Amino acid sequence: MLGINTNEILETINMIRDEHLDIRTVTMGISLFDCVSENPEKLCENIYNKITNTAKNLIPVCETIEKEYGIPIINKRISLTPISLIGAGCNSDEFVKIAKTLDKAADTLGVNFIGGYSALVQKGFTNGARELINSIPQALTETSRICSSVNVATTKSGINMDAVAEMGQIIKQTAFLTKENDSIGCAKLVVFANVPDDNPFMAGAFHGMGEPETVINVGVSGPGVVASAIEKAGNCNLTQISDTIKKTAFKITRMGQLVAYEASKRLNVPFGIVDLSLAPTPAIGDSVADILEKIGLEKTGACGTTAALAMLNDAVKKGGTMASSHVGGLSGAFIPVSEDAGMISAVECGSLTIEKLEAMTAVCSVGLDMIAVPGDTTAEVISALIADEIAIGVINNKTTAVRVIPAYNKKVGDSVEFGGLLGEAPVMKINTASPDIFIKRGGRIPAPIHSLRN
Amino acid sequence: MQAVITVTGKDSVGIIAKVSQKCVDYNVNIIDISQSVLKDYFAMIMLVEIDKLSIPFTNFVDEMSNIGQTNGLSIHTMHEDIFNSMHKI
Repeated sequence: MLGINTNEILETINMIRDEHLDIRTVTMGISLFDCVSENPEKLCENIYNKITNTAKNLIPVCETIEKEYGIPIINKRISLTPISLIGAGCNSDEFVKIAKTLDKAADTLGVNFIGGYSALVQKGFTNGARELINSIPQALTETSRICSSVNVATTKSGINMDAVAEMGQIIKQTAFLTKENDSIGCAKLVVFANVPDDNPFMAGAFHGMGEPETVINVGVSGPGVVASAIEKAGNCNLTQISDTIKKTAFKITRMGQLVAYEASKRLNVPFGIVDLSLAPTPAIGDSVADILEKIGLEKTGACGTTAALAMLNDAVKKGGTMASSHVGGLSGAFIPVSEDAGMISAVECGSLTIEKLEAMTAVCSVGLDMIAVPGDTTAEVISALIADEIAIGVINNKTTAVRVIPAYNKKVGDSVEFGGLLGEAPVMKINTASPDIFIKRGGRIPAPIHSLRN
Repeated sequence: MQAVITVTGKDSVGIIAKVSQKCVDYNVNIIDISQSVLKDYFAMIMLVEIDKLSIPFTNFVDEMSNIGQTNGLSIHTMHEDIFNSMHKI
């Protein structure tokens, strides 16, 4: 039969039906450079028309692929050229109008998130970047589908500490303005180091400057499949566990490659990359924390967590790389707290702390993600948390990010609920000793010596 | 082109007949049928040729799924490429 045996067919079906295997996102990247206009009204009109025309077949095509191959595609999304570049010359109010235009375009198309309300300020601010950043709290309050990201550092450029200080304030303002909904605005705002140009995952997706006019990038998932494979492997050593993860990652990624290839062909849009990420969801059995516990830890956060995660992350990449012709984006295991039932449980029982999460981000993708902290956390503490995480990325030549929610009026022990894929998060304890003087110094932390490679 | 139809659930009289009849209705040629038991559920796997299918493949997927729903079974029809890509290098 097909040259494939019955057990292999059943294995595939079992992965999809019982182990939550799915394509997490098919993201269409769209360049907006040809939308630029001096007139903000015309700019918005151009943007709306470009997005709705270019992506009009995205959802119908993805739905056909889902049905033909029997594989769920959870999200169909759009990433855009950073809006700070397209709207350079606009003031904050005009940027908010662009944000509302993007929201309307996303609504028309039926995509749940549209990414690219972004600025790249690793070395300094352009006027456009500054105005866009100032508009973020209002833009995220008055829209529901846009995602925003700000890159504050690269290994090549070092860390823009003025931007880090400012982002602490912006996150606090966003939390305040969206206080009626557990400060949900902050769940759609990421601060990056070494941000990739081709990431299909929200909230950090945007369409980079060196990308083609349009592109299809695909993010796969599959923590449940990996956890189940480890469980079936039984009593074996870590070499064998690593091999099991590699084989499973290969299979998961091949499916991502197939969907990416088909979507690209049917939409007549070039295939960009497959992102080899283990992206959890709040569903039981779809958790990265579960994998770590299946490897042999009583609870995620225990000593040994960083080592187990390092092995997991590396094995996923090794297995996935051969399965796809082009790999990119974030490519690593995600460890968002609110979006992973196992992580939530580990936080609630006191096993997992922010400090341990920070260590874990040194060996995996992508950073301190979807972490709720008390509402009275100061902007300076948030900036300092960002600075620490960003430094890990800059020094280790990898992407890191912070998506933190200082939940208004909440304290340790409370929780915030966002619903859907964003999940719910227990409010975590954070070190409140003051970093004020450090943050207020401003300036730039110079690029590390190993950035000088020429 | 080929597709794989999988039927899982509680056994009853006439399942294969009902699935086969739909194949005849839409000009789908059955190439192979096999059965296996995984965990505690009954599973039938049918390999079919869909080159001369008389309706769009996505509609055929729905038709098969409907038979499953009316008979308390889970019936999935999937294009062969998903299995080829996952299990062959």
